[in-house]
Amino acid sequence: MTSFDDFIASKSSLIDEDRGAIPVVLSTRIRLARNMSDYPFPGWAKKSQRRDILTSCQGAIQDLPQMKHSSIFNVDELSALEQQVLVERHLISRELCEGAEGAGVVISRDQSCSIMINEEDHMRIQVLSNGFNFKRVWKQIDTMDSAIENQLNYAFSEDLGYLTACPTNVGTGMRASVMLHLPGLVLSGQMEKVVRAVNQLGMAVRGLFGEGSDATGSVFQISNQQTLGQSEEEILKRLSSVLSAIIEQEENARQRLLESESVKLLDKIGRAYGVLQNSHFLSSSEAMNLLSLIRLAIDLTMLPEDRRTTVDRLFLESQPGHVQLVAHKSMESETRDTLRASLLREQFQSFPPLKFSALDRSKS
Amino acid sequence: MGESLHCTMCGKPATVHLTQIIGNQVQKLDLCDACAHQKGVTDPQGFSLNDLLTKHLAADLGPALEPVDEEGLICESCGCDVGQMRESGRLGCSHCYERFKPLVKSILKRIHGKTVHCGKVAHKSLGNSSFSKSLKDLEASLHSAIEEERYEDAARYRDEIEDLKTQTAELSS
Ligand SMILES: [Zn+2]
Ligand SMILES: [Zn+2]
Repeated sequence: MTSFDDFIASKSSLIDEDRGAIPVVLSTRIRLARNMSDYPFPGWAKKSQRRDILTSCQGAIQDLPQMKHSSIFNVDELSALEQQVLVERHLISRELCEGAEGAGVVISRDQSCSIMINEEDHMRIQVLSNGFNFKRVWKQIDTMDSAIENQLNYAFSEDLGYLTACPTNVGTGMRASVMLHLPGLVLSGQMEKVVRAVNQLGMAVRGLFGEGSDATGSVFQISNQQTLGQSEEEILKRLSSVLSAIIEQEENARQRLLESESVKLLDKIGRAYGVLQNSHFLSSSEAMNLLSLIRLAIDLTMLPEDRRTTVDRLFLESQPGHVQLVAHKSMESETRDTLRASLLREQFQSFPPLKFSALDRSKS
Repeated sequence: MGESLHCTMCGKPATVHLTQIIGNQVQKLDLCDACAHQKGVTDPQGFSLNDLLTKHLAADLGPALEPVDEEGLICESCGCDVGQMRESGRLGCSHCYERFKPLVKSILKRIHGKTVHCGKVAHKSLGNSSFSKSLKDLEASLHSAIEEERYEDAARYRDEIEDLKTQTAELSS
C-alpha cells in the first residue's frame, strides 16, 4: 500500500495546474462501471471472492502504462480522515468506504484517474479533468478501459452491453458529468426552472455541496441518466449541448444582474472579500458561498485571472477533511471553523484589491 | 408547486421534495429528513431519483409493471432469487441478467426507455466470432452516425462492417 502522506505531498493535476480553469465550468468527469464475468457482483460476493476480485483487478491495473507509479490503497487500512480527504477529492465514494472486505482504490500519479475496486461494481474507472473536456477525457478512459479488458474477462452481453450490479448503469456503464458554477442563475432565482428543464431532457442536476436549487457555493453537477440504448458519443454529445445551453443561460443571467442589480451584486462580492480577509470563524458552507462570489469576481475581471486556480483550490481546502489534514488531526467542528477562517485569512492577505471599475467598462 | 406533506417512505412530515421527468413519465418523491439521509439524498457524492426508485421502490413498483409471475426463480450461478433482486434493486451476478430476462427487460425499459445496447463493444470478452450484428443493422447505424456527425461512432461502425465482411469472406472461401 502507498503511504498516504506521500500521496498528499505529490502534485494533483486537478488542484495544482492552471491548465483548463475557465469561467462557469469547474471540472469534467467520466466514470465507467465494469465487472468481470467470473465473479458475482461485490454486493453478492463472499468475502474470499471479494479479496480475489481485489487481487485480480489490482494486478490488471498496475500493469497499465497510464497507471505507472500509481497510489494503491485498501480502504480498511485508511483512517476515517484519510478516507474523507479522498472523498472530498472525488477519488473515492462514500459507498466504497462502507464496503467491507476487499474495497480498494488505485489512483494515478497525477490523480486524474482513479479506479475503485469492490464498490457497487467490481471496478469503477474514473477520469477527471479541469474545464469542459469530454473529448479528451473520453479518449483517455476509453483507452484505459480497453487496456484493462485485454487482461480481464468483462461481463458483457451483445444485447445489453456492459453488465452492472444495478440496472441503472447497464449498457455503456458510463456516467459523464460536468461541475458547473452557476451563481448568476442562483442569485436571480432561476435555478429551479433550469433543474426542471434539464431533468426533462433526461439529465440529472445535483448540488455538489448540498441539495436542491440553492446548493452551497452555487456548484452543480450535471450528468446523464440513461446508459442503455445510446452510444457513448451520442450521450456525450447530448450532454454537451445541454451544458452549452446552461452556460449560455448563466451568462445571460449574469448580464441581467449587472444591468439591473449591479449595486446589490457588487455589495455581495465586496462583503465576501471582506469576510474572507478578516473573519475568525467560518463554517464550510459559508466559506463555499463566499468563495463562489470571489470566483464570480474573477469571471467579471474584478480580480486577476491568475487567482482562479487558487480559488478553485480553496473550494477544496475549505472542506472539513482537508482542514483537518492541515492540522494533522481530527477536530471538533468549532475548532475546524476557526482554523478554516485563519487559513482563508492568510490566503486572502495577498489578494489584490477588488477592481470595481472593471464593471463600468463591461457595461458600456 | 403542490407538495405532498408526508414522506413516501415512512409517512412522517416531508422536508425533501424531488421531481424528475424521464421520457414522458413524471416521478415524484417526498421524503422526511431521516429517510432522505438514509437513502443518500443528502450525500454530496450524488444521488439520482432514478437510482432511488430502482433501489428502494422496485419492490413496490415491480408487481404492477410485471404481470408475469416469476417468484421463486433463482440464478444458479450466484444463488440470488427474484425476491432478493426486487428488494435490493441489484442483481447478484452477470448471469442474473439472462436468468431474470423478462423482468430485467421491463425494469430496463422503465429506467432507460430502451433495451438494446448500442455503444462500445468489449470485443475480446464477447469473443469476436459471436458478435453477430447484421450487416444491414451496422450500415443503418453508420448512416445515422454520419448524419448526426458522430464521427467516432461512424469510424467504429465502419471498422465493424470491415471486420464482418472479412469474416464472411473467410467463411465462404
Ligand atoms: Zn421518512
Ligand atoms: Zn446471478
